[in-house]
Amino acid sequence: MLTILFDGIAYGMLLFILALGLAVTMGLMNFINLAHGAFAMVGGYITVLLMQKAGVPFLLCLPLAFLGSALLGGVLERTLYRPLYRKPHLDQVLFSIGLTFMAVAAVDYFVGSTQQILHLPDWLRGRTELGEGAWTLGMGHYRLFIIAVCAALTIVLQAVLTRTRFGARLRASVDDQRVAAGLGINVNVVFLSTFAFGSGLAGLGGALGAEVLGLDPAFPLKYMIYFLIVVAVGGTSSITGPLCAALLLGIADVAGKYYIPKMGAFIVYTLMIVILVWRPQGLFVRQGGKA
Amino acid sequence: MHKRTVLHAAVAAALLSTAGLAGAQQAPFKIGLILPMTGQQATTGRQIEAAAKLWMAQNGDTVAGRKIELIVKDDTSLPDVTRRLAQELVVNEKVDVLAGMGITPSAMATAPIATQSKTPLVVMAAATSSITEASPFIVRTSFTLPQVSVALADWAPRNGIKNVVTLVTDYGPGLDAEKFFKSRFEFNGGKVPESLRVPLRNPDFAPFLQKVRDLKPDALFVFVPSGAGAAVMKQFGERGMDKAGIKLIATGDVTDDDQLNDMGDVALGVVSSHHYSAAHPSAANKKFVEAFQKANKAMRPNFMAVGGYDGMRVIYEALKKTGGKGGGQALVDAMKGQIFESPRGPVFIDAQTRDIVQNVYLRKVEKKDGQLWNAEFDVIKDVKDPGKSK
Repeated sequence: MLTILFDGIAYGMLLFILALGLAVTMGLMNFINLAHGAFAMVGGYITVLLMQKAGVPFLLCLPLAFLGSALLGGVLERTLYRPLYRKPHLDQVLFSIGLTFMAVAAVDYFVGSTQQILHLPDWLRGRTELGEGAWTLGMGHYRLFIIAVCAALTIVLQAVLTRTRFGARLRASVDDQRVAAGLGINVNVVFLSTFAFGSGLAGLGGALGAEVLGLDPAFPLKYMIYFLIVVAVGGTSSITGPLCAALLLGIADVAGKYYIPKMGAFIVYTLMIVILVWRPQGLFVRQGGKA
Repeated sequence: MHKRTVLHAAVAAALLSTAGLAGAQQAPFKIGLILPMTGQQATTGRQIEAAAKLWMAQNGDTVAGRKIELIVKDDTSLPDVTRRLAQELVVNEKVDVLAGMGITPSAMATAPIATQSKTPLVVMAAATSSITEASPFIVRTSFTLPQVSVALADWAPRNGIKNVVTLVTDYGPGLDAEKFFKSRFEFNGGKVPESLRVPLRNPDFAPFLQKVRDLKPDALFVFVPSGAGAAVMKQFGERGMDKAGIKLIATGDVTDDDQLNDMGDVALGVVSSHHYSAAHPSAANKKFVEAFQKANKAMRPNFMAVGGYDGMRVIYEALKKTGGKGGGQALVDAMKGQIFESPRGPVFIDAQTRDIVQNVYLRKVEKKDGQLWNAEFDVIKDVKDPGKSK
């Protein structure tokens, strides 16, 4: 039972880091970016290709995946996304979903459509077991690693958003662009760096997730629904919301598939509907501002 | 609009069959090969196309005085596209034979066109049992999932495996595999305490594998589409299930020759049952694998390739038998009952079901010369598709 809980937490953490960038762009910047999964896929492919073709060690690939997708995100923000900030949401949705399809086709063309297989270093492969009988806790080392990385990132992010000057500027820019600009905040730079950071997080999530979720060109379409559920349930105005939502969904999904395998695939959706009926704005809503 | 297109197709098809007879001797013999060349199933298309071209390179492009023309179309594994392409091939190109079919829905969508236009449809990949029943013009040269699952269910109880949990992907072929494995295994005195079905778009196998671990069966039977197979194997190893005394047994899709090498050592020791392994120790297969790798930059042929290769042979032989005349019904009749030595071993096209009868081999993944291979260690001879026993 504890093992199930552990697997659920690891899976939830993975969903969290994958969806976090989306929560940032969607909640903080008020831009519906359905191409988010494409950035995650880019991160995954950077990792796989670097490891396979250049023999770069796995741990070094993770920051590279982050930087690569962040760079791509920055470039695209500057060239394609910025003109769309003031457009209606429908335009943004159509634009970003088009971008997703292009990314899928491009990866298919350049790398091929087969499932990519990651070869982890040996120390990440094992498994530790604690306890006896029904209370056995089996922890895969890789899942432990995911939890550690995600927890560290969450703490850092929360601190950046609430404690630093950049966080304050970002929140100000989001709440009222004109006033923020009047106060001497360079809104464009703030948005550019935020978007790049969000894309980088997606890339990191993709790199971490390639092992557990699998990686092929259909990745962004396959998991888009999960990212959206996390963001919808968690609300988009903070990072605690998506974190709780991701953990809840991860554990519910894993436990549901374990205890009632025949129903398992639907538990996530049921849970989402129940939560959204109960709290249409998501689990946590920041008071004030435009939630 | 749509009705009209169908009508056009029907009229054109009718004209085709009369026109075909008149100018048969001179016109080239056209084979319309519809395959997924891009998208999720692209490897299937690449393997079959390479194999079909290899067959033509080895056996010439003239049969009984007629030049063979191969027209390859990409259906991106969308059944409605397959159907449209098949219609175009029959009406515009006036193909003599349709072939390919990467996935079951594609074959099913094309079946009515084969029936209406009396065009033989040689299925080279799709493996759901009921396909050959969808049209009297379908001939299959790949395999069926019941065929390979049942062989495994016969082998397991004889080798100390009495208690098996099944894990399949929740779609046509998966359900076939589950049903036929379970019923035969239970018939042989085995027990199946739990049958798990994984959604087609499943993010994480952890809960299913943990469930299996807690149930502690002698073995876990797996069928998942070939890409997902590596993930299952990896997580199986990482969860320490082999150390807990649970064996992994699977249909050969999971240890697909095309990807086996990339899977790495996690695949070692996995027992699978399938009709073809690139390591099949026969002279015919050695020649086939060598020629295939030479023509395709060291790409290893898999069970898809052998389905395409044998499909071409069946078409060639049928054309020879009709003396180059062709004609839908005559070709299908000539395909029925063909017996020949394929790279996979002896095979036979059953005249009643138009499905392939073949040996099913039990293999274990082994390392040889730094590469991973499905090494065969047992065989169940002449397995007829059990899905059509009634």
